[in-house]
Amino acid sequence: MGPGSGSICTTMRTYKGETLSWNLTEGILDVSLHRRPCNEIGSATLADLERLVEALASLGDEIAAVVFSSAIEAGFCAGADLRELYRGMQQVKGAERLAGVRDFLERIHRALNAIDAAPAITIAAVHGVCFGGGFELALVSDLIVADRRARFCFPELRLGLVPGFGGIPRLKRDLGNALVRDLLFTGRSINAAKALEAGLVSQVVGEGQAPRVARLTAQQVRKFDRGTARAAKQFVKPIPYAELRQEIDLFCELFQRPAVEEGLRKFVESTDALPYLP
Amino acid sequence: MPTRNLDEITTEILDLAAKKFSVPRAELKPEDDFFKKLRIDSLQALDLLTGLERHFSIELPDYELQGVTDFRTLAERIQARVG
Repeated sequence: MGPGSGSICTTMRTYKGETLSWNLTEGILDVSLHRRPCNEIGSATLADLERLVEALASLGDEIAAVVFSSAIEAGFCAGADLRELYRGMQQVKGAERLAGVRDFLERIHRALNAIDAAPAITIAAVHGVCFGGGFELALVSDLIVADRRARFCFPELRLGLVPGFGGIPRLKRDLGNALVRDLLFTGRSINAAKALEAGLVSQVVGEGQAPRVARLTAQQVRKFDRGTARAAKQFVKPIPYAELRQEIDLFCELFQRPAVEEGLRKFVESTDALPYLP
Repeated sequence: MPTRNLDEITTEILDLAAKKFSVPRAELKPEDDFFKKLRIDSLQALDLLTGLERHFSIELPDYELQGVTDFRTLAERIQARVG
C-alpha cells in the first residue's frame, strides 16, 4: 500500500489509512494516529493528513468537533520521521535535496493550516511523548487535553534546526515568550502539570483518560450553534500566516548547513540511552 | 514537608521505580544502573522522570539527567531541586 492509499468510504465519514484512521459519529470525528513506533510524521502521515483535510472540507458542517488521539502506547507523536528524512538526504544532493524538503514543508503547512482553520472545534488528546512535529500537530488543535504522563518538547535545535511544521509561531500564539525561548533553546521536555500552568493545555486528566475526556469535551462543544462557534474560533485563534511562511524559509536556510546532516546521522545511528537529548 | 536528606530521597526513588516498573523493591540498590535494572528505554525513562517530578513536586529538566544512569546520582540531582 502506498502512502495515504488507505480505504475510504465514499462519504469520507470513515477512513482506515496506513498512519491514521477516522470515524464520524454524531458530529464528532475521531481521528486515531497508529503508526509505529510512535507516530513519526513522514510522507505516509502527510498523505493521510492531506486526505483528512479533504474530508474536513467535504463533510463541512456535519462535523462539530474533531478529536485527535494516538493508539500507540508510547505517546501521541514522537515528531518528524528523522530516519526517512536522513535516508532521503542520502539519495539526493544540493538543490534537489533542498527542493524536496521545501516541498514537504509546504505541503504539511498547507495541511496543518487547514486543520488549524477548520470550522469544527479540534481537540488533541495527548498522552506520553508529544515531541517536535507531534507537539506541532497538537498545537494546531483548539484545545489540548493532556494525560498526566504527557511530556512536551521541541528538541530540534540539537539537529541544528528549528521546528518546521509551524511550531514556533503557534507556540508564540499560546504562550509567553520566556517559556517559548526556554523550550526552544534548551530542548527540554515539560510535563503536563507544567503545560497546564503555562496555559498550553486546558485540562490534565488521569492515566489513559485523555481520549475519553476529549470526547466528553467534544460532546459539550457540539451543543452550541456551529456558526457561532466558528465565528468565536476565528476571533480568538488567528493563524499567524506571515510567521509560518518565515519559518519555512528559516528552516530551509538552516537545513543546508553540513551540521544538520551530521546531527541527523548521529541521531539515526545513536544507541544512547537518551538519544533525544542534545 | 520537611527537607529530605539524600538517603531519604534515594529510598523514595527506589520505591517509586519498583512500583512503576513492577520490579521487586529488594532487587534495587542506589548504585544500580536504572536503565538496566528496570529494563527501560528512553521513552520509559521519560515516564520515570514525570513520576519523579510529580512525587517530589519539582521540575527536573531532562538535560540535567544527561549521563546519569544510577539511582544515587539521580537522587543528588533531585535533592538540588527539592530545596
